[in-house]
Amino acid sequence: MSPRPGFVLEVDRSTPPTLFWHGERFALERLPTGSRVIYGPEPLAALADPVAAIRHALTHPLGDVDPLPAQLRPGMRLTIAFDDVSLPLPPMRRPDLRQLVIEQVLELAADAGVDDVVLIAALALHRRMTEPELRHALGDRVYDAFAPHDLLWQHDAEDPDNLVHLGLTDHGEDVEINKRAAESDLLVYVNINLVAMDGGHKSVATGLASYRSLRHHHNARTMQHSRSFMDQHQSELHTSNWRMGRLIAASGVKVFQIETTLNTDTFPEQFRFLQRREWEWTLRDRASFVASSNSLRRTPPRLARQLLHGIRAPHRMTSVQAGEVEAVHALTTEHVYAQQRVEVEGQSDILTMGLPYICPYNVNSIMNPILVACLGLGYFFNLYRGKPLVREGGVLILHHPTPNEFNPVHHPSYIDFFEQVLTETTDPVEIGKYEESFATDPWYIHLYRTGHAYHGVHPFYMWYWCAHALEHLGAVIVVGGDREAVRRLGFKRASTLADALEMAEDVVGRDPWLTHLHAPPVMMADVR
Amino acid sequence: MSPDPATTVRRLTSRARARATGFPWAAPTWPDGVERPAPPRDLGVDYDTDWTRRYPARFVRALVLDNVTRPAMHVLATPTVVGAEILDLVEAPAIFVANHTSHVDTPLLLSVLPVRIRHKTVVAAASDHFFDRRWKAHAWTLLLAAIPIERHKVNRRSADLAAQLLVDGWSLVIYPEGGRSIDGWFQELRGGAAYLAVRTGRPVVPVHLDGTYRILPKGGDRLRRNPTHVSFGSPLRAADGEDARRFGARIETALATLADERRTDWWTARRRAGAGATPSPRGPQASAWRRSWAHGPPPDEDHDNDHWAMSRH
Repeated sequence: MSPRPGFVLEVDRSTPPTLFWHGERFALERLPTGSRVIYGPEPLAALADPVAAIRHALTHPLGDVDPLPAQLRPGMRLTIAFDDVSLPLPPMRRPDLRQLVIEQVLELAADAGVDDVVLIAALALHRRMTEPELRHALGDRVYDAFAPHDLLWQHDAEDPDNLVHLGLTDHGEDVEINKRAAESDLLVYVNINLVAMDGGHKSVATGLASYRSLRHHHNARTMQHSRSFMDQHQSELHTSNWRMGRLIAASGVKVFQIETTLNTDTFPEQFRFLQRREWEWTLRDRASFVASSNSLRRTPPRLARQLLHGIRAPHRMTSVQAGEVEAVHALTTEHVYAQQRVEVEGQSDILTMGLPYICPYNVNSIMNPILVACLGLGYFFNLYRGKPLVREGGVLILHHPTPNEFNPVHHPSYIDFFEQVLTETTDPVEIGKYEESFATDPWYIHLYRTGHAYHGVHPFYMWYWCAHALEHLGAVIVVGGDREAVRRLGFKRASTLADALEMAEDVVGRDPWLTHLHAPPVMMADVR
Repeated sequence: MSPDPATTVRRLTSRARARATGFPWAAPTWPDGVERPAPPRDLGVDYDTDWTRRYPARFVRALVLDNVTRPAMHVLATPTVVGAEILDLVEAPAIFVANHTSHVDTPLLLSVLPVRIRHKTVVAAASDHFFDRRWKAHAWTLLLAAIPIERHKVNRRSADLAAQLLVDGWSLVIYPEGGRSIDGWFQELRGGAAYLAVRTGRPVVPVHLDGTYRILPKGGDRLRRNPTHVSFGSPLRAADGEDARRFGARIETALATLADERRTDWWTARRRAGAGATPSPRGPQASAWRRSWAHGPPPDEDHDNDHWAMSRH
């Protein structure tokens, strides 16, 4: 049976309660009659033979480029860059797509007698990956062949000796990327495209860039002009990355882009109920829900977090394409939309969403309050094309415990941002005046380069990510959130969804129309 | 002041009951706006019930019926059977046509049928309710010899199966209302039973069941003990040239007369039937509460509550 497309349910008296994520827990909430719930399409069928598909993509590239084997020769410098730990979510079961693709590229390179090969994790300003994370992404065979010989690098955006300034775009944007990548005879980029924003020129122009380069599009102004940043045609973030990518190509950097897409088979069998429509839950789904929600409720948060971060998604590859960046990305985007697009009619007064335990920046870590805001107002709010799911001046209701808790190893600058910046202002434009001091702080730079810390400027980027939503919304309410943390974020807190709806009526008026985004699995609302 | 233990127990019990009856403890309800998918091809009317008429299944069913169902019905429903002697005259197989207000109707009716009929009777059951899941289909076919009937539209397969079983010597229990009444009063009768009788030439035995509504009404989740009455009417046969519509009307009149007999006596009911003055068993055309009110008080309150007695006269 072919997978069903996305679905918009109108809640009636017979509708069972709706599942909400609540951090490391779940809740069932009864939504008002007349509300609508948006369910993403069911997972598309996976490629039957992914290795053969990868081989085919490498030998039949898109755009005006030669097949990969024809571009490989003895004595050349080959660099293979790949997406970091932030993709996919949750981390997928082994073998990871990056392993499958990179093994095939290396097979061809070995056949062609290429000796000078370096692998680079395209971190941008993200934290360095740990050895287990690298082994998971690349497989033991690749890791053991490259890491011991110092040929497996992690991009360092603060290493002046390994950055090269390629010039300025016609908008005056600095383009500074990894020197080894820029000076190689061929840069192969291996991407995982989880959402429409990923991939394309953003892979190299962001993943291998320096702070000097990133600040041109990672700012409040760009985000406020990206409506949404998941929609390439309306995204200033996309446009800026494309300008940079074209300058990189014009500078002589030869990029062979390999992009992959995944289906939305996000949770393993025991959590299958998370991606099913509630009225279709079987006895087994209900038993799984009762067992998992009751046990997670009784489990200490730290242990619950550990358990959930241990989830390995059964994601499978739905497409792979390789060749020239823009030609590849056009086809990739079609595949992403084919999996994620849901047609939705009109904007509602209130948008509700349950936020899970994970976002791109807390893999194997804590979802601190800033990341909660970023996931809700940055990522989920922007999962639209056309118009936001909620009208201008509407209310966003998030369901998350929002613990006032940070991982000091991964997010040291977040702690200071939370204590020093958000106490002064929550305006994404205004906080920009503090950015420079965090970005150039030597201690944060040291932690970023030598430890596993996100760059000092990263919490600012998370807040910029919220800029469009903050400008658009009349209020944000967090159900079940930590009182102090929610207040610090500039939001309101409610104990229950019913309280939140009453509070929302003060902003949007009586009898509001509500939409619930039933994610994850991730989807993309086409709002008319 | 702390609540007394009885109150605490009651509160905890009611909380546990409320919890145990809601989603996700209970199966989810289906939103009205969402079309139900067609059941798998081997469920619903397509479920194959042949196995349940073979001897191993019949043996198990007979054991359960005689040793579990009948004693249970005796305790739960303490049936008073009227007109059972008529069944001695009935030439099996026959079609037993009854009003339907409770899931208890079928085990009760089967438990009062004579042995020669009881163990060779199939029960027409709604394919969308009893045969929508595999475990339900297995259970009901084994325990009650249920066969799937499409109740919302004409379905050749279910009609053919029922007719063939009658020809093969199996009696049939069928509820022509197509489902349980929500307030204990009759609903409009459908023509399936009359059609089968005309098609196969088998007799129809009208049966009136009273009191089961109080044991387990539609939507109820708890069994209550309540005395019941089972009244069998005289067998009816379709006359030569009589079509199913006219025969169906006769069946409906026979059931209405049995219902009247339960409220009055046999002779009064017969006279009213002869005069065409049998009260409608469909209850008053009034609001929902008045229809329920018109049933009168529960039997155990009949003698204790003079107010009720006065208000009914």
